[in-house]
Amino acid sequence: MDLADLYRDVILDHNRSPRNFQRLDNATHRAQGFNPLCGDKLTVYLKMDGDTVADVAFEGSGCAISVASSSLMTEAVKGKSEKQARALFANMHDLLSGSEDQAPQSLGKLAALGGVRQYPSRVKCASLAWHALLAALDDQQEPARTE
Amino acid sequence: MSVPQQQRGTGQLDAARLRQDFPALQQQIHGKALVYLDSAASAQRPAAVLDAMDHYYRHDHANVHRGVHTLSQRATERYENARQKICRYINAGSTAEIIFTRGTTEAINLVAQSLGRNSFGPGDEILITRMEHHSNIVPWQLLCQQTGATLRVAPIDHHGQLKMDELRALINEQTRLVAVGHISNALGTINPVKDIVEAAHAVNAVVLVDGAQAMPHMSVDVRALDCDFYAFSGHKMFGPTGIGVLYGREALLEQMPPWQGGGEMIREVTMEHSSFADLPAKFEAGTPAIAEAVGLGAAIDYLAEIGPETIAAYEAELLSYATARLGEIEGLEIVGDAEHKASVISFTLAGAHPHDIGTIVDNEGVAIRTGHHCAMPVMDFFNVPATARASMALYNTTADIDALVDALKKVREVLC
Ligand SMILES: Cc1ncc(COP(=O)(O)O)c(C=O)c1O
Repeated sequence: MDLADLYRDVILDHNRSPRNFQRLDNATHRAQGFNPLCGDKLTVYLKMDGDTVADVAFEGSGCAISVASSSLMTEAVKGKSEKQARALFANMHDLLSGSEDQAPQSLGKLAALGGVRQYPSRVKCASLAWHALLAALDDQQEPARTE
Repeated sequence: MSVPQQQRGTGQLDAARLRQDFPALQQQIHGKALVYLDSAASAQRPAAVLDAMDHYYRHDHANVHRGVHTLSQRATERYENARQKICRYINAGSTAEIIFTRGTTEAINLVAQSLGRNSFGPGDEILITRMEHHSNIVPWQLLCQQTGATLRVAPIDHHGQLKMDELRALINEQTRLVAVGHISNALGTINPVKDIVEAAHAVNAVVLVDGAQAMPHMSVDVRALDCDFYAFSGHKMFGPTGIGVLYGREALLEQMPPWQGGGEMIREVTMEHSSFADLPAKFEAGTPAIAEAVGLGAAIDYLAEIGPETIAAYEAELLSYATARLGEIEGLEIVGDAEHKASVISFTLAGAHPHDIGTIVDNEGVAIRTGHHCAMPVMDFFNVPATARASMALYNTTADIDALVDALKKVREVLC
């Protein structure tokens, strides 16, 4: 197996300098993600303006894959409509669970996360932020889990 | 005068040779020779254990204690023979004190439910420590919920050692039971079990020792420790999964009611009432894990032949080598540097999450454990979400440590 496929440059970059890595004090929605297996914990903050994700941020600790995935997620959903954000969740789910052979073109940079498919024990690291995003959109009270 | 066996008690252990006894270690992972440093989670088995189980299934299997036919007698003999080996190895008083369980976890739950549930109540206290494995925490929490007893927790210091003064101060007239790990799986700390037993016995509290991590590393003498219960798992001491042991002081086991009902554990059953079998059968309801017991017996033979003191002496050297070599790595911090420590090293690496460390070193053929090691309160104490852990056994060599160090340098190259 080629490690470079998992730790692609985009992922290493977002791990070293995560984007939107802060608390959002004026968030309208927030949710936690928790992966009991590795202890990764993160909080996703959303500031919705009507139907639009006006701002998004995250905090927490995790492995390179989970931090990069969170960071990429915030970049990808900022400015999107709720519907688009949900559609992105579904696309990411397909990408990570391997039900799509190829990453849809529309995923752009996010396709870099597809490398985890060869590492079954790491899929949950990549999906945690997305589950937390969905939980925030749903205003879920319980921490999101990847199970 | 008999010639001593080549290795016995000489402090000389040829790990490179012993490694040849372990079929699973003769393989490549991602094109590199496997370096197995996860024995604290589960050790590998020597061919002698696999052969003993295979032979049992091919030639001797039937149910135990039930038939007059030859196979049933052979199976019973093999099963009871394993019990005798265990009894001798840990210096128990008699085979009545050796109860087969599924593992450490079940052994601890047996004591909690049979002893604790029937005799503890509000006002009673159970003392555990901050460094316990979840399996020596949760059964006591459940018991406290069931009985109204109170759970007390002895603290640890930043070396990962018990604060013995505080532990002693927590033992009082209300204390009914003290449950403590012999060796911490997350930190490697070897606890002063004998001192704890003395303090507990002074107030007539009983002591359960979780010996899951001690059995593969050192000599265990339950009568010298003077503990009341000692629990361990086959799979961590080169035996099979699905089998473990509860040693219990006979006088205590005699007073304890059965915790599971079924076949094997009865003397006579009518539709109204049953009377129970003598020890140890009273605590072994149902058809037991016979082949696994036979395998565990073979693992005991294997350990006894090398000699637990020899193993401990060799591993102490390996531990100091590993500690020194890991110290060379920039940003690496060892979590837990107790004065008395077994060959287990938990660590963190700046800029690299344990999960990433695990994946990258695996790619180099090196197997280590990453995560909370079923000791979340320990992680919490050291304020880390997780650690990476290299745990060594009698088949590991300094070359394995060198491979780990090289792999960790690779981690830094990739991530930092
Ligand atoms: C110290 C300690 N206690 C208890 C256990 C539980 O053993 P088992 O899962 O075999 O019951 C373990 C195993 O991880 C351990 O390391």
